[in-house]
Amino acid sequence: MIWGVLQFPGSCDERDALHACSRLGEARLVWHEERDLSGVDAVVVPGGFSYGDYLRAGAIARFSPAMEAVAEMAAAGAPVLGICNGFQVLCEAGLLPGALLLNESMRFTCRQVDLIAARDALTTPEGGQVNERRDQEGERLSIPAKHGEGRYWAPEEVLDALEANGQVAYRYAPGQNPNGSARDIAGVRNEAGNVVGLMPHPEHAVDPLTGSTDGLRVFEAVAAAGAPA
Amino acid sequence: MTTETAKHRELGLTDSEFALIVEKMGREPNVVELAMFSLLWSEHCAYKHSRKLLKQLPTEGERVVMGPGENAGAVDVGNGYAVAFKVESHNHPSAVEPFQGAATGVGGILRDVIALGARPIAILDSLRFGELDSVRSRHLLDGAVRGIGHYGNSIGVPNVGGEIYFEAPYEHNCLVNAMCVGLAKTEDMVRAAAAGVGNAVVLMGALTGRDGIGGASVLASAELGEGDEAKRPTVQIGDPFEESKVLECCLELLEKGLLVSLQDLGAAGLTSSAAEMASAGGLGIDIDVARVPLREADMEPFEIMVSESQERMLAVVEPARVAEVLAVCEKWQTGSAEIGTVTDNGQVRILRGEEVVGDMPVAALVDGCPLYDLEPGEPAGWIYGNRATLAAGISAEDELLALLAAPSIASKRWAFEQYDSVVGSRTVRRPESADAAVLQLPESGNAIAVAIDGNGRRVACDPQAGTIEAVLECAQNLACVGAEPLGLTNCLNFGNPEKPATAWQLDQAVSALAETCTAIGVPVVGGNVSLYNEGPEGPIYPTPVVGMVGELPDPTQVAGSAFAKEGDAIALIGPFSPTFAGSELAKQRGALDKGLPRPDVAAVAAACAIVRDAVRAGRLASAHDVSDGGLACALAECAIGSGLGCRVDVQPLRDRGCSPEDALFGEGSGGFLVSGERAELEALGGVLLGEVGGTKIEIAAGDRSLVVGLGTAESAWRSLDERLDSPV
Repeated sequence: MIWGVLQFPGSCDERDALHACSRLGEARLVWHEERDLSGVDAVVVPGGFSYGDYLRAGAIARFSPAMEAVAEMAAAGAPVLGICNGFQVLCEAGLLPGALLLNESMRFTCRQVDLIAARDALTTPEGGQVNERRDQEGERLSIPAKHGEGRYWAPEEVLDALEANGQVAYRYAPGQNPNGSARDIAGVRNEAGNVVGLMPHPEHAVDPLTGSTDGLRVFEAVAAAGAPA
Repeated sequence: MTTETAKHRELGLTDSEFALIVEKMGREPNVVELAMFSLLWSEHCAYKHSRKLLKQLPTEGERVVMGPGENAGAVDVGNGYAVAFKVESHNHPSAVEPFQGAATGVGGILRDVIALGARPIAILDSLRFGELDSVRSRHLLDGAVRGIGHYGNSIGVPNVGGEIYFEAPYEHNCLVNAMCVGLAKTEDMVRAAAAGVGNAVVLMGALTGRDGIGGASVLASAELGEGDEAKRPTVQIGDPFEESKVLECCLELLEKGLLVSLQDLGAAGLTSSAAEMASAGGLGIDIDVARVPLREADMEPFEIMVSESQERMLAVVEPARVAEVLAVCEKWQTGSAEIGTVTDNGQVRILRGEEVVGDMPVAALVDGCPLYDLEPGEPAGWIYGNRATLAAGISAEDELLALLAAPSIASKRWAFEQYDSVVGSRTVRRPESADAAVLQLPESGNAIAVAIDGNGRRVACDPQAGTIEAVLECAQNLACVGAEPLGLTNCLNFGNPEKPATAWQLDQAVSALAETCTAIGVPVVGGNVSLYNEGPEGPIYPTPVVGMVGELPDPTQVAGSAFAKEGDAIALIGPFSPTFAGSELAKQRGALDKGLPRPDVAAVAAACAIVRDAVRAGRLASAHDVSDGGLACALAECAIGSGLGCRVDVQPLRDRGCSPEDALFGEGSGGFLVSGERAELEALGGVLLGEVGGTKIEIAAGDRSLVVGLGTAESAWRSLDERLDSPV
């Protein structure tokens, strides 16, 4: 699988995402002005401050040529993962439901958090060895979160529908919601399941030396969830 | 007296300095020239009260790649890579407008490192404010922390460590010192010196506007006082998005080999960059202000030359490569314009189209400023105030809790959680998990540790001993994670050097810094001096802030500060013999006075080597430097971090002559609190204190023995979180 990691002016985490993807397959950066993504099987829209978060986080990046291509790929069922600012971009682009608001604390917060992945949000890793830390609801992952605008919000009826359809892919573990997100939602997916967005940063959790390798599970699951374009 | 001579005083030049300018020019300077001289001859740019002292500092070493004089220092970390680093102050702007002041402080130090061709990989910061019960301090703290976070987070450079102290003398004049660390291939690094007569000078980045005009002379080189709100327009406004684009653009230009030299625009804007480039290259430079892209069309030449608009870089480019350079800037959507030429006439010439509006000898501008001798006068006693906040005669338990809750000692989680500490995938040790931050360098196969230290209160008690302690504490922090120091940067934050007491502090501190660095073999590769830090009530505590970078051969062999497991032995390594003088307890009792014992530098250095080697060999389960609040606070920090209690007897310190109270809360250099296998600790020469275990901190100390539950200690230590989210 060939991963493409978008790069906008103001992206910050694209090199880390590239590094994470390259653990699972081939990976290359995709400049935001590229309209033709043929040859790319899966896309990561990375974290950072695309266009300085001017106007609204993600509001400008969604209009880039590369995002037009990503929308087509998403419609065709290709795996798309939006992380932090990338999640904001996917919401702005209408590829995922909801919006990300200012943190309840009104401050940027960087903290290692536990996520609970929905039962079917993760795939069984090679060798069948699952994470030992399992909750009743699903598997626990330790991943850093770092953002100022990560409070997930959607109208109540949309939240109900997301839960009914199994579109809530990741929640903050009880007591660990860092931003006041509705129903502890940390990440959601589209109805088809091939487009996933989350605020915490799985690309910063792929190396035991820097804290955790749980993030790799997120990339693996996204790769498996979509049909390569 | 002409209007020009009256004007020079407004711009901060003395009458004799003005006379010297006239002499060197052979005529009176015009308005453009006067503006440029006033900036380059300001304290901030010319170091006129400190340059003579700084000559004492050792600047050479086997690993030094770039020393003082460049935009930042750099040391070799092996495998063809170098680490560039520097600390710089943005005190006065932050005291006037903390958010933008601190944000642009970070922006400025990032550009210093970028200018060497290095990608920034870490930021650290050292902050000082007045006491937390002051509305002003809370405002300054909140703004500065938000500003640092805003800028660093947006650029994608992790903020991995730092320190914050709260002391009354910083009430009106807070300190915001930011340090940046960058990584580069040694062979790709670039210098600031202009080279190649006929080469083009290209300005990149943001538009030039009227912001920050006079920042270096008006703000940075005079005391703060009443009416400083009027100085707000001299504080620059930062745009991290622009910086992020300029950063990526410069790195791409350097990777493609398109630049001859590179320089950031900081204090004194184009004036300083252009003049310093020419000076370093021994050449001249022509700048055409008509070609500078402006934010406001009607700017005067002098305004363009002195503007401190942020996010700008100046490059020297071979004429044949200019088009390629402009194309890369275009790709990154950042501004660029060819604004001048490198010449061989030794003059800085300012043109507006065909018209020459300024013409000055480079040598007069950059090196012509008179250097002043200090007139030190040692004060007879303690010149700062004392305020008792802790009653005498309370229990040792209550004293420990009061110290753990002291804002300077308590956990700074409230601040560091506002900073991205993980971007870049290098951060092996995050804030408060070890005494120094550790960053892995997959490029060179090893890792670096970075720390920043400087306890101004102790330097106020004794400028010599306090400065020695600052250097040693930084070295000790590095040793705790197994790192060997490669180089040091410093920021000397002092009051008005024209006053004898401050001059004495500065003189003592710099000679102590020089002696200590020489003794422990750590070169000073760069630094910054910030003087005139005073409020209406007098000078700040003299605050030399020391930043150090060290090397670790193996990023998997790094100790943390928290205890590791139940049953491990706890020992003390090093020549630690704490006293009450200058301690946090002395402060809280209102008993600060002049004088500190002088640390034994050689013995502390030897202890650092023992701890460093033991960490690298995996022989220690934890290592923590004993610092503010003494041994009892250090034990509590190790315990809270691990969730494990401890049972300890301080008898070994009693045997060194310490009273029970000094053994618990006394401060001084040279103490490492380590845990691990008993036999290992004994083999390392550690004196056993006790063992890890239980849910309490139990310390036997004669009539000051104490037992405090882990939860109670943690609540006190974490109390800043809640306090800072509530009104004063």
